[in-house]
Amino acid sequence: MAVKSNLVNMAVCLLVTCLVCSAILAGVYAVTAAPIAETNAKLLRASIGAVLPEGGELSDAQSLTVGGQPSEYYTLSEDGSVKAYAVKSTVVGFGGPLTLMVGLTPEGVVYNTSVLSHQETPGLGAKCNTDEKFMAQWKGFDTAQKILKVKKDGGDVDAITASTITSRAYATAIQNALDAIKGVASDAVSGASVKPENTEDPSDE
Amino acid sequence: MSKWQLITKGLVKDNPTFVLLLGMCPTLATTTSAINGLSMGLATLFVLVLSNMAISAIAPVVPDKVHIPVYIVVIATFVTLLQFLMQAYTPDIYATLGLFIPLIVVNCIVLGRAEAFANKHGVLDSALDGLGVGLGFTLSLTVLGLVRELLGSLSAFGWKIPGTGDGMLAFVMAPGAFLCLGYLMVLFNKFIAKK
Repeated sequence: MAVKSNLVNMAVCLLVTCLVCSAILAGVYAVTAAPIAETNAKLLRASIGAVLPEGGELSDAQSLTVGGQPSEYYTLSEDGSVKAYAVKSTVVGFGGPLTLMVGLTPEGVVYNTSVLSHQETPGLGAKCNTDEKFMAQWKGFDTAQKILKVKKDGGDVDAITASTITSRAYATAIQNALDAIKGVASDAVSGASVKPENTEDPSDE
Repeated sequence: MSKWQLITKGLVKDNPTFVLLLGMCPTLATTTSAINGLSMGLATLFVLVLSNMAISAIAPVVPDKVHIPVYIVVIATFVTLLQFLMQAYTPDIYATLGLFIPLIVVNCIVLGRAEAFANKHGVLDSALDGLGVGLGFTLSLTVLGLVRELLGSLSAFGWKIPGTGDGMLAFVMAPGAFLCLGYLMVLFNKFIAKK
């Protein structure tokens, strides 16, 4: 700190520091942008692949309102008919937003689910991503025969021990995805070209 | 002070966590498991060494009145750089620590070392000082994470002790962080005092 401050050298010093730092960051960004995009795309593909049956052709992302929030879904079709949908659904969990990828057949049967991101308590709600029993029950969950609510609320979902709020949020996320995709599926059957807009429940907040 | 002492003083005598009590926010928040603590410690170590070196190099030409903004810009640059690199090459760790990486910018250990050491010493000494303090921080966070993981989820570095149940979940959550930190601090200082 040998330099005495005056207006000129302070301004020059800050300018030079910011310029150099911005240049370094721009350079690193240019190098890492491609790997980052690739990693994110790979994670997304993996999560979609995990919740849909194999085979068929996957569409690009299409926009959809799920649970009152803008989201997106992907259609898996084979020989011109829809085989399944993958819907991204976000709800408020215990610790923050809980985002799921939900695989659904047009008949309303859950094919599988996966967690895209969560902020649940480690060791409690975070088990929604690791607990085999909890995760396995979604495979083939037929919403026409079973009630998509935790047992405490009179449904057929086995909650994670001591994590009822997370389990409830998980079920709500699937329900929202289901409600949203119903509009898409019925449009597809009737051949309407209008995109479904609102399936939101105003009392949801 | 010899080069060797520069490294060891950060580990024991000036341990940032157990002796100086700096950087408590990431210490308490990220040590839910040994791996998380270790990753956070290494991330901070990376920033600390590089920012210490850069700051010791530019300190002689930085006007006194703007030195804090300049240091913060330098530190923020390294943190953002680290963020890009982690996002690209270690997405799993980034997903766990994501929120706390930007907070390294305002971690008082980093600015503290810049102010207290790097701007008065040479590049090599500053790098060694950053390495020592960073290692001390990493070690403390790993030990704290390990203890919390052992008590809270009965596992170590992600390896579950076979035939055990759920553990005491309080230790994975915030109250357990304070408890463990307090007791480890007592043990650490008792050990130091004896020497």
